[in-house]
Amino acid sequence: MSVTTAGVVPVQSPARLAIHGFVGRPAAVAGLAVIVVFVAVAVFAPLIAPYDPIATSWLAIRQPPSWAHWMGTDELGRDVLSRVIFGARASLLAGVVSVLIAGGIGVPAGLLAGFAGGVIDAVLSRLVDAMLACPFLILAIALAAFLGPDLTNAMIAIGVSTAPRFMRVARAATMDAASHDYVEAAWAIGNPAWRVALRHVAPNIVPPVLVQATLSLAQAIIAEASLSFLGLGQQPPLPSWGSMLNAAQQFLSQAPWLAIFPGLAIFVCVLSFNLVGDGLRDALDPRGL
Amino acid sequence: MHRLLLAAAAAVVIILPRPAAAQGTEHGTLRIALREDPDILDPTLGGTYVGRIVFAGLCDKLFDINEKLQIVPQLATGYEWADPTTLLIHLRPNILFQDGEKLDAAAVKATLERDLTLPTSLRKSEINSIDHVEIVDPLTVRIVLKRPSSPFLAQLTDRSGMILAPKAVEEEGKDFGLHPVCTGPFKFAERVPQDHITLDRFPQYWNAGAIHFDRVIYRVMVDSSVRLANLKAGAVDLVEYIVPTDIAAVKADAKLRMVISDGLGYEGVTANIDHGPQAKNPFGQNKLVRQAFERTIDRKALIQVVYNGLYTPAAQAVPPDSPFYVPSIQPPARDIAKAKALLAQAGVKPPVQITMMVPNSPDTVQAAQVIQSMASEAGFDVKIQSTEFATSLAQSYDGNFVSYLIGWSGRIDIDGNTYAFLHSGQRDNVGNYSNPIVDQTLDQARTITDIEQRQTLYAKMWEQERQDLPIIYLWTGKNTVGMTAKLIGFRPVPDGMIRLQGLRMEK
Amino acid sequence: MRGLLGIRIAQIIPTLLLVSVLVFLLQELMPGDPARVIAGEEQDPQAIAQIRAELWLDRPLPVQYVHWLGKLLHGDLGYSWRNREPVMQLVEQKLPVTLQLSAMAFIIAVVIGVPAGVVAAVKRNTAWDYVANAIGLAGLSTPTFWLGIMLILLVSVQLGWLPPSGYVPLTQDWVRSLATTIMPAFVLGNAIAAILMRHTRSAMLTALGQDYVRTARAKGLAELVVITRHALRNALIPVVTLGALELGTLLSGAVLTEQVFSIPGFGKLIVDAVFNRDYPVVQGVVLVTAFLYVALNLIADVLYVVINPRLRGA
Repeated sequence: MSVTTAGVVPVQSPARLAIHGFVGRPAAVAGLAVIVVFVAVAVFAPLIAPYDPIATSWLAIRQPPSWAHWMGTDELGRDVLSRVIFGARASLLAGVVSVLIAGGIGVPAGLLAGFAGGVIDAVLSRLVDAMLACPFLILAIALAAFLGPDLTNAMIAIGVSTAPRFMRVARAATMDAASHDYVEAAWAIGNPAWRVALRHVAPNIVPPVLVQATLSLAQAIIAEASLSFLGLGQQPPLPSWGSMLNAAQQFLSQAPWLAIFPGLAIFVCVLSFNLVGDGLRDALDPRGL
Repeated sequence: MHRLLLAAAAAVVIILPRPAAAQGTEHGTLRIALREDPDILDPTLGGTYVGRIVFAGLCDKLFDINEKLQIVPQLATGYEWADPTTLLIHLRPNILFQDGEKLDAAAVKATLERDLTLPTSLRKSEINSIDHVEIVDPLTVRIVLKRPSSPFLAQLTDRSGMILAPKAVEEEGKDFGLHPVCTGPFKFAERVPQDHITLDRFPQYWNAGAIHFDRVIYRVMVDSSVRLANLKAGAVDLVEYIVPTDIAAVKADAKLRMVISDGLGYEGVTANIDHGPQAKNPFGQNKLVRQAFERTIDRKALIQVVYNGLYTPAAQAVPPDSPFYVPSIQPPARDIAKAKALLAQAGVKPPVQITMMVPNSPDTVQAAQVIQSMASEAGFDVKIQSTEFATSLAQSYDGNFVSYLIGWSGRIDIDGNTYAFLHSGQRDNVGNYSNPIVDQTLDQARTITDIEQRQTLYAKMWEQERQDLPIIYLWTGKNTVGMTAKLIGFRPVPDGMIRLQGLRMEK
Repeated sequence: MRGLLGIRIAQIIPTLLLVSVLVFLLQELMPGDPARVIAGEEQDPQAIAQIRAELWLDRPLPVQYVHWLGKLLHGDLGYSWRNREPVMQLVEQKLPVTLQLSAMAFIIAVVIGVPAGVVAAVKRNTAWDYVANAIGLAGLSTPTFWLGIMLILLVSVQLGWLPPSGYVPLTQDWVRSLATTIMPAFVLGNAIAAILMRHTRSAMLTALGQDYVRTARAKGLAELVVITRHALRNALIPVVTLGALELGTLLSGAVLTEQVFSIPGFGKLIVDAVFNRDYPVVQGVVLVTAFLYVALNLIADVLYVVINPRLRGA
């Protein structure tokens, strides 16, 4: 059991902490590598995919995996591999955009609440409680229902549903950082509030927000897949791993490959994000068990 | 501590109800899987095919049809035409409604008048040739028509012929459909929306000898793979619609049987021509655009991909074996160049945005995706709006669509497949199509009985319809019913209805 | 204790009110006119105007809200646009199904997750630990609906052991009820099991490092007794309360699971409502789930204080 001297934690830049922690954990590194691969696949999709993902072929319906089609063809004769590759675009885009929306709303709100305190904090916190009171997917579905089924609306719905968590994390980190001596000192010598916020507080909330971001990315990818699975996300003929699984249900006994590959893609993608998130959290959290 | 847990577990097991013995055979419960949730169970207001299937158990009709499409007696024992506009119907004596009331001419008159006058009645276009109904005596009804109508009698073999219990109608009014009371073999017991409808045997049914079940449960299963799985697992006894791609799986299972018969209906794309703001787009305004759209579709390939080639490509509302089929009206071949030329002629530049409202059953959505893909080659950008079936019907009555992929189950007379949908001013003509030639020929053809003369008129009507394309017909279908091999007595009538008389489970 | 309860309830009320405001405002996003939809096929403008007046749609928004809230407090969640049924009735029909499924899922999650977490903690940094962690991570990363589909493929289609869909109520036939719910419950409980495993592991590690454990060991007690009697009991406190908070995850997962297995529950209700364009039902589901979640949070908070002797009197 290690002994910690009370209160004094060496101040290291979050970036160094992260990299340091990472290097020691092969799982997290593997996760990061896989993510890089997925991002590359999504970005270079048109160059990598062997076929046009929406090109139908009436003669090649539901073919099992073969040399011509590594993952087989679907119920409209489209190449599954190409659709999985382009599906990465929808998923990663949805993940990134949703998290950006969530962070864009949540972090400033959290900073404001944590810094200003008082009534503003109370109001914002109750608002966040109200939003968190509703289970995430149900909130996303309700929003998508009113906004209309569409990938963009799904991203908005997911982003708005995820914002409360960012707000909570940012608020907690802000309040924690604001209590440190150097911040009080900066206050004392007369720095304006915004400079204190930006210069001293903001850098310290980056680590927990970053951890939340990776975890939320994983959640957002599953959420987009879920909404698309239900028919509320990416609309046909554009591919999404979730909507591909929806169609696959019909042909489970005749063409099981339609269900296996898209699901596997989601699984591997989300797993890597979770590994990275875990790694980050362990690295940046000095208490690490 | 452990002994306490064991005792608790034992107590729980003893208290919980025992499983009922094997389903479906004891207690005579028949379980039928429907592809959609029926709309309101009121024969005056109902518009869904699956609703009619439930009515087959709930409400008897004046007349019925048999496998050969002949009109046979049911609540009525016979009829005669006193003259071309006067129909005398003789009712069967001693028939009771499920609430104990007696079936008589007054009840028939009341029901028919309700069908004609209720504002939201969907039966009007079927029987609007009625001028008035008279009671001759308690078991004889005289129906006087405004003009001769050859398809009229056929309408009395479906919802228009279902007679409702007068007291129940009076009490419930518009809510009659929540607790319907008719003369059928089973009476209404319970309904859980989008889940199931339960009917219990009506002991005083006039034909009780033909009924061999105590209860019928209609389960709603929108997913075709779920229907198949439940049939294979023995959780349902009959599936009214097995998608063609699952037929092989049913045939391969020795415990199941597949019954395929010719259908009476069609599937097509209905255009919103003049029904509200959604008609204001190139597709609704310009027939050349609709013609171009039709030229992008390869019906044969579509049917092959989605329905394993089982159905027949069509450009008219009746199947080839109908006496009213016009052989010269054939669906055009796919021609992208022609489609593009038509668009150019219409002065419309691609991409042409078209929203297609599609009932959300898996095979219909798939068909829509095929159409979307085919049409994209000529510059049509089809956006698929997947909607629950009954909701899509309601939306269409409101004019909330640009194009609507919808079919019609079909009736024995061609008038039943055309009038309500193509004649101006009819409720089911959801696109508000209006053409004087079409109106005139449809009206006229109704009054003639000579088949050849009628065929000529319909041919003329189709020629006009092919120009305007208010409905782009895609195919005429088949009934594909799957059931457990132990079910005997099933009669495959082309209207696809699941008639319960004579149906029994082998022990 | 009563003071704490009072404070928590006082905190909940504004939250619930805010939820109601948010849900009420959702309908402003809605395309179309509710009065016209309810009027349905009756396009008569007079009838539509009458309906609008009946629904208070012609009053200013805040007034509408208060009226709506009033009805809410009387248990009137409005009427489904599709079948004109009271939304509350639909809730009463479908919620118990989801609750049965969730309860089973939670039990499965506890049965799998807690022992796995204990093993991982006790055998920390050994192969057992890594394997348990890996399985836990895999469980977290597997999309619920994919797991469901794969299970159906294996267990129903290939092996034919269990029915692939449908639901039989527990009170009707408990054997068939179990047969239809065991797969969906497992799928639903899977993610929770992973979360519980992690929480148990870290709680156990903390507990195992405490003084009372060292004392117990020093007294010469068998290791198994130390683990179960002393460490586990204390570790379970945060685990149980954290578990209760996962209701949100359960309900979200239920939406997908019920869709895959065609179970007529609360989750499927909202999905169907979306395709039915049945907005009152969507609103009703959101409200009821929020209310349940807040209520359960409150119970969990109270339980935490009650169970944890150290916090009592704080």
